[in-house]
Amino acid sequence: MRTAIDEPDERPVLRLTDVVKTFPGVKALDGVQLEVRAGEVHCLLGQNGAGKSTLIKVLAGVHRPDSGTVEWQGEPVAFGGPQAATKAGIATIYQELDLVGDLSVAENVFLGHEPRRFGFVRRGTMVARTREILKSLGHEEIPPRRMVHALPAAGKQVVSMARALSHEARLLIMDEPSAVLAHDEVENLFHIIRRLTARGIAVIYISHRMEEIREIGDRVTVLKDGRTTAANLPADTPTTELVSRMTGRSIEYVFPPRTATAGTDDLLTVTNLSRAGEFRDVSLSVRPGEIVGIAGLVGSGRSELLETIYGARRPDAGTVELDGRRLRPGDVGSAVRAGMGMAPEERKSQALLLGEPIHRNMTLATFTGLARFGFTSARRERAESERIAESLELRPRDVSRPVRTLSGGNQQKVVVGRWLLGGTRLLLLDEPTRGVDVGARAELYRVIRDLAAEGVGVLLVSSEVPEVLGLADRVLVMREGRMVREASATEIDEDTVLDLVMAGSLMEGAPA
Amino acid sequence: MTATALETGRKRLWAGESGESVSRNLILAGVLVALLVIGAITQPQLYGDSAWVWSNVLSILQLASVVGVVTVGMTFVIIGGGIDLSVGAIVALAGVWSTTLATQSFGAGGMIFTAIVVGIAVGLVNGFLISYGKLVPFIATLAMLVAARGLAASISGKQTQISSSDLINGIASTKLLGIPILVYILAAVAVAGWVLLNRTTFGRRTVAVGGNPEAARLAGINVKRHTMLLYALSGLCCGIAAIMLTAQATSAQAAMANLYELDAIAAAIIGGTLLSGGRGTIVGSVLGVLIFATITNLFAINGLSTEAQNMVKGGIIVAAVLVQQFRFQSVTRLFNRKP
Repeated sequence: MRTAIDEPDERPVLRLTDVVKTFPGVKALDGVQLEVRAGEVHCLLGQNGAGKSTLIKVLAGVHRPDSGTVEWQGEPVAFGGPQAATKAGIATIYQELDLVGDLSVAENVFLGHEPRRFGFVRRGTMVARTREILKSLGHEEIPPRRMVHALPAAGKQVVSMARALSHEARLLIMDEPSAVLAHDEVENLFHIIRRLTARGIAVIYISHRMEEIREIGDRVTVLKDGRTTAANLPADTPTTELVSRMTGRSIEYVFPPRTATAGTDDLLTVTNLSRAGEFRDVSLSVRPGEIVGIAGLVGSGRSELLETIYGARRPDAGTVELDGRRLRPGDVGSAVRAGMGMAPEERKSQALLLGEPIHRNMTLATFTGLARFGFTSARRERAESERIAESLELRPRDVSRPVRTLSGGNQQKVVVGRWLLGGTRLLLLDEPTRGVDVGARAELYRVIRDLAAEGVGVLLVSSEVPEVLGLADRVLVMREGRMVREASATEIDEDTVLDLVMAGSLMEGAPA
Repeated sequence: MTATALETGRKRLWAGESGESVSRNLILAGVLVALLVIGAITQPQLYGDSAWVWSNVLSILQLASVVGVVTVGMTFVIIGGGIDLSVGAIVALAGVWSTTLATQSFGAGGMIFTAIVVGIAVGLVNGFLISYGKLVPFIATLAMLVAARGLAASISGKQTQISSSDLINGIASTKLLGIPILVYILAAVAVAGWVLLNRTTFGRRTVAVGGNPEAARLAGINVKRHTMLLYALSGLCCGIAAIMLTAQATSAQAAMANLYELDAIAAAIIGGTLLSGGRGTIVGSVLGVLIFATITNLFAINGLSTEAQNMVKGGIIVAAVLVQQFRFQSVTRLFNRKP
């Protein structure tokens, strides 16, 4: 928890009362109450579709509420557009950081309000002021003239925050800022947030991760179905209570019981697999019906390893065998035909045709098998998709809707469901629950367990250690491109895994 | 047609396409009808003569036939996430190659075979450069545009090559049941294209590869091979178009099919094909071609200049894209509604 800096200012800078926003046919916000004080980190919790995004857009001036009041620094306001909100001192950092990759850091920070003289941009001033702002964030090492695309994700986030400060923001809204960050980078983000709040800036922080809310948050407001179900709870409110406010159910990590029916012969055998700069000499195996979890930081080579096993990357050395048959390196098609399937890390960019209907996305890997003489069968494709949609409890159940319209959790079900159609025997899952709300998470866990019970081998990568430990039968720990530990999930605990994952990383005080 | 009949007709005819495309195509058909009505208003005395009207419709269809065949191929390439600027040049090269004295000595069959093989071969080269050489489609096919016309000019010695095959020339002059053979060829290519896009695995792969190549690859689709096949398909259509155009002119030369790439791309865009790939319909593209042909015809029967005509065409392309953006947004909004 944050330590109090100066005397707490009890008057809220922002107060929302009974805010309602309706889109054609759907009430996105249906009576939202929110109260944010200067210098606090106010966490906003809610499942996907609870109305968080709409709420952010109302605050950012993108949407205008239909009714209810928004009071900003004691005055009722109605922002005419995003620029009006920015001018009033409300800055928003969206999940997809809206930076221009081909402009420099300084140009991004002052985009739209460059310091000028006689219509010419004063570059020197702009760079100097950017340097100042970055320094105030504790990141004077970021060069203001560097192109933004050359920065890592964490650096880009700092630039977004610098931009907010260049507008003299008094309220910073951050939409899942930690989703793109590695574990040690999150620490750094919190460090910056603490600097901001110490200056009296209020922060609205959105995240699915309970431990982050505990660490950085002061108070929590919970949304469900566009309504505030709990306001101003202390950040140390028990997880079970927060979850029940979000869902009406009480779950966080609910793992279905293990069914101990792993086969004896190896289904997948990976031997001495290497790829320069990514991972080295990795050997592992997965048996039928077994769930093997890989724990590791972003950048430990875990996603690259998974993609190489799948044939999406070509290894420099080593072999991948499925049922003793060696797979052609770097050939996804042969891996899929041999019975592999993968749910990649980036759902939207790597797995889905967003504008296409659900059933076409579900059958993306199997439509050839369902076809006769090259002619597709719409009837069979729909029937199969509907069957899978049913078993996954997909919402909405109508498979002709475009995937774009689904929530993150349901999109992920479509991606996983794709591989349930074609008799997949080994499923590779890369961060299967990223950006997935708690309810859908539990359903995905059940689906993964059910698959294993049917004899499918699962190789799982996740940043969330409890997920790996709770779901997997066997855990592999990966660090800097190497496997450093293999253990049964019951023999190893979360702290041990975290220690192994972090050891040697740049975290201060971590054991070498 | 009553509303319900229209509804079931729509469902049956376009079951493979989304409702959005269907309504867009109905709008295009409406535009086409409006253009014909404008023709009737501006030239009432001509439109009073039913025999003239029939022959005018046939001449519009004939005008559209060659570009129409090229556009079908182009539509596949654009849906697959590419662009083919070399179609006009391929038509010229295939036309010239199939009318050399050496080729003509093998008769009509040899000429058709040559045109099609040349078209496919050039398409494969395009596809190879793009898929495996990792060239941007725009650059690869721009280079091919220049190179193929150059090769056509050098084969023909910059001369017009007369086709002496009665069978080939007859394709343009013969009518079946009162309709020119050329129109049947367009219809056949369009129907084949529709079936290929909406009813086959090839079509599904095309949409996947254009809509999200990475997702397609990770679902086990061979994206490179498929991309190559798309350009080969475009080349095949160009080969067919070369025969049709040669038949119309009873000759071939290196400058033939000039700027066909622009007409074909414009028709596809008007027809609702998304330039970024992943979305488009054959019906829309064919309607796009027919709209262009009807405008040309409209200007011709009113004795207006081609300059004015080109300006109007440019305006129509912009308008079509604007309408497309507007419609796309409103349809997305519609889908976001909860029942």
